[in-house]
Amino acid sequence: MRTLMKGNNALAEAAILAGCRFFAGYPITPQTEILEYLSTRLPEVGGQFVQTESELAGINMVLGAAATGFRAMTSSSGPGFSLKQEGISYISSMELPAVIVDVMRYGIGLGNITLGQGDYFQAVKGGGHGGYKTLVYAPSSVQENVDYTILAFDKAEEYRTPVIILSDGAIGQMAESVKLPEGKEHDPNKFEWTLKGKDDTYPNGRKMTDRIYYDFKYTEYDPHIRDRYSAMEENEQMWEEVETEDAEIILVAYGITSRVCRGAVKAARANGVKLGMIRPITLWPFPKKALHKTNKTVKAYLAVEMNACGQMVEDVALYAQGTPVYAYPSGRVIADQEEILRIVDEIRAGTRKEAF
Amino acid sequence: MVVIKKENCKSCGYCIRACKQGALSVSSEINGKGYAVVEVDQDKCIGCGICYTVCPDYVITIKNEEVQPA
Amino acid sequence: MAAVKEREIPRSIYAANSFCPGCGHGLVLRLIAEVIDEMDIDRDTIGVLAVGCSCLTNRTLAIDLLQSPHGRASAAAAAIKRCRPEKLVLTYQGDGDAASIGIAETIYTAQRKEKITQIIVNNGVYGMTGGQMSPTTLVGQKTTTSVKGRDPEVSGMPLNLMEVLKSFEPAYMARGSIHDAPHIMKAKSYIKKAFAAQMAGEGYSCVEILSPCPTNWHMTPEESMRRIGEEVIQYYPLGEFAKGGDQ
Repeated sequence: MRTLMKGNNALAEAAILAGCRFFAGYPITPQTEILEYLSTRLPEVGGQFVQTESELAGINMVLGAAATGFRAMTSSSGPGFSLKQEGISYISSMELPAVIVDVMRYGIGLGNITLGQGDYFQAVKGGGHGGYKTLVYAPSSVQENVDYTILAFDKAEEYRTPVIILSDGAIGQMAESVKLPEGKEHDPNKFEWTLKGKDDTYPNGRKMTDRIYYDFKYTEYDPHIRDRYSAMEENEQMWEEVETEDAEIILVAYGITSRVCRGAVKAARANGVKLGMIRPITLWPFPKKALHKTNKTVKAYLAVEMNACGQMVEDVALYAQGTPVYAYPSGRVIADQEEILRIVDEIRAGTRKEAF
Repeated sequence: MVVIKKENCKSCGYCIRACKQGALSVSSEINGKGYAVVEVDQDKCIGCGICYTVCPDYVITIKNEEVQPA
Repeated sequence: MAAVKEREIPRSIYAANSFCPGCGHGLVLRLIAEVIDEMDIDRDTIGVLAVGCSCLTNRTLAIDLLQSPHGRASAAAAAIKRCRPEKLVLTYQGDGDAASIGIAETIYTAQRKEKITQIIVNNGVYGMTGGQMSPTTLVGQKTTTSVKGRDPEVSGMPLNLMEVLKSFEPAYMARGSIHDAPHIMKAKSYIKKAFAAQMAGEGYSCVEILSPCPTNWHMTPEESMRRIGEEVIQYYPLGEFAKGGDQ
């Protein structure tokens, strides 16, 4: 079925279609439509919706629901996403599946309630304590809000990990044509690890706590964690390549910014400039395979993102293997196509300063 | 009969204070945790169970049959 | 000797606890285990543990358990209950967890009438971290962060949870103590009534239990029990503060 939907609403409906039957969250712009939509939609399908007193309660209710095997989700933005970080760390340590949405806004502190890409670091680098990783999907359209939300629930269970959807105010607020797939039924009782009352398999009850204490010998836990994240890093990188085969300079951009960069590639090509784009779809694991594939032939990468100082550019530099990396952090406005082309000209002329 | 699970005892003394018969006392025996364990004078014990009630460490059970100390 | 009432360690206690000598936690856990066994619901009970000494429950209480982040036990428990409404869901928390860092979760769990039971062990200090002042530390009580005694001008008055939660019309709410055998039995009856209220689908229930922390009160176990009976219950009166349904 093809229909016109706002990004946040489409994401919320996708959660329903994925079998999510538990949502707990708190209002914050620009994600509030997810909360509003699910407040009526979840009861219709027999699910639980809770408007919590805070983001802290929201993420911890998701922790509890996830421990029972239910597909559970919470959403927030910027400051509210910061408050969820401790809970995400706990969910990671317990190896529970859950989906956390951050509809990003711009800026430090209160920042700006409109669009932005200010939360790359706290989503991608394990924003809470202890050094965990989470799969992070960066949708760049309303359709991708649907597709990657559904994928996020599946991957969360495959790896027993929290998964973050790093959307942004623009993707959340825009309306686009979208195709909704058939809904799935989820059976919360299909897992052996859930809390459902002790039984013969677990005569003393399941101890749903940091697995470090209960499931591993002292020396086995660290290798377990490394193996777990290595597997995700190896198998889950996703990206889109746009005109990269013969590209001289490659833009690296995700989410709303990638839509401007797509236009910039087209405009540059029309002028005979061999510009391409790598669009990370997973931000963790960062698609380093895409960079390793191109950095023998390309002259430079230009990381374009919507924050003040550049965040993703650090990962681009990490995997560029010596290829020069340039940055265009567009700050509180969406990247400008003309400005991208001007910077590309500077890079080609050798007058632009490298990012690192 | 009061049966003492010696390895659980932490020598807090709650049972000794609670026992109205004066049947419980600290022994000279030190358990694996380093605590002097309580001992019971079975002749004084009336099996009221108050020591079980106040014990926080699952040391004491009450049984009808004669039990030889371990 | 005539036949006596036999007493066994409840089957829902499966290992010795690792609390300090004279700590009240071991006793409260045994009462919970006794009630679970008597109601025969050990396969239908899910517990959520707080952070602090409550963590140590993990190796003692033989039920399904989840270890929540500090202060968030009641939020996690409420979610579990909503997903598995047929189970008995309880939290096991200290006063620092439930009344300080988790006071918002405690209040809103009660306010939303979440059908869980909060068991809150009030010993007036942060035990695990070495005896700092907690929200329930009494005026004048010395702790490592109130070395001259709690000064209400600086730290305010001790927080009375029963008073805070009363207005939300809980299904059942009581404060008990474990400073002597009769009070221990009374505290157990409160836990049982709270669980019964939950199983009857009546709504939110909470049992606060005054408990000693000899280590951080710098007292012998006996002195600490005496302090509860003589001093602590003066500020925190015992009894049932809400009785819903047929209680």
